[in-house]
Amino acid sequence: MTMYAYGVAGWLVLIGAYGIVVSRNLVHAVICLSVCQSGSYVMLLAVGFQRGASAPIFDSSNPPLAPVVDPVVQAMSLTDIVVSATVTALLLALVIQIHKRHGTVDPDELSALRG
Amino acid sequence: MTVLVVLAFALVAAAGTAVVLSRDAQRQAITLSALGLTLTVLFLVLQAPDVALSQLAIGAAVVPLMVMLTLREIRQHPSRKDRSARS
Amino acid sequence: MNQRVRLTLFGSGAVVMGVFFVISVHSLPSFGGLQHLYRDLAVRAALSHTTANIVSSVNFDLRAADTLGEETVLLASVIGVMALLRPALEERELLPRERGHAMDATRLMGYVMMPVTLAVGVDIVLHGHITPGGGFQGGVMIAIALHLLYVAGSFRALDRLRPVNVFGMGELAGAAAFAMLGICGITFAGAFLANFIRQGQLGVLFSGGAVPLFNIAVGVEVACGMTVLLAQFLAQEITIVKRGERP
Repeated sequence: MTMYAYGVAGWLVLIGAYGIVVSRNLVHAVICLSVCQSGSYVMLLAVGFQRGASAPIFDSSNPPLAPVVDPVVQAMSLTDIVVSATVTALLLALVIQIHKRHGTVDPDELSALRG
Repeated sequence: MTVLVVLAFALVAAAGTAVVLSRDAQRQAITLSALGLTLTVLFLVLQAPDVALSQLAIGAAVVPLMVMLTLREIRQHPSRKDRSARS
Repeated sequence: MNQRVRLTLFGSGAVVMGVFFVISVHSLPSFGGLQHLYRDLAVRAALSHTTANIVSSVNFDLRAADTLGEETVLLASVIGVMALLRPALEERELLPRERGHAMDATRLMGYVMMPVTLAVGVDIVLHGHITPGGGFQGGVMIAIALHLLYVAGSFRALDRLRPVNVFGMGELAGAAAFAMLGICGITFAGAFLANFIRQGQLGVLFSGGAVPLFNIAVGVEVACGMTVLLAQFLAQEITIVKRGERP
């Protein structure tokens, strides 16, 4: 079960990287980067999970002595999800400008440096 | 309980593979939204409601919207290849 | 470097990384195990500050410096997108004349869900220290609620509702408020970003000290930032045309 859970996270990172390598469209590459990032979130949350424990929020139905899962990895993941969306927006804005200046979004055609 | 966890992980892996293997960028926006949904279910099963809320709002609404707007922008101004093929 | 060379290089790198990954997974604690050191420390510290939502406490009280960095990255990315998608010299802005076309059912859902989503978003921001949620999640929901007007077919209504410079100033105000709360921490409690307000009872609205204030600051910043971001993309598609072209 350990290998399965962490293996899914590793698989997401691997397949995201593969997508970036074989991509023929820069927008496709940006989305594959997003898949890669979600692999890291799955890894963090899998590290923090405890069987039989509940969510790290205490109220009347979950008194403060009950076992909970790790809140530190959850805090790391949730700020990162929102911020990486804005960084994805920055990358997409770059793709739009590349298309306007060079007329193409195929990374193989963009590799020549212009003098 | 363990069956749910195993199933959620399997769905996430399948959705991630589907996103990468769909070559057309427009279809990818839809599969990206589906990946966001499966990730939300996984985060809920792993007892992380805060992260699930964040992922649902971002991954199923904001990022696919931005990707679709980018694709429409790229399609509206045709590339140099299409322009030279037409002239 | 053609496709085949690239794939071979990637393949060899992936195999090596896969081997190292499998070896290192065996040293990780088992999935679903009982040993989580940081969890015990964080839960104890958050409960001593009477915050019921431990994740919010970690974000805005125990590790608030990390959140300051994250929201600065958000601010910088929005500024970067604004600089990149500015209309160029050969383009100009033109508001579209006719209404968009949307099905009646979509328009009804858009108009009905907009106030509901707005209210739920504000609720999630304000109760972030008691229930699941917080500034980041609620802020994104508020931004999405505004854009339901665009989904309902009327870009002009959305454009009138969100003057972009006001929302830009709102984003900066949110970021500045976060820093000001940190400086209040120095003034009243002796450390930057310290929890300087007297804590109340666990689980009621007035608890957690300064965590609700941090939630509101981040909620305002994220909502305004996401709105400005989406406004740049929408303007690129809808209002910006080349000089001499018709929209």
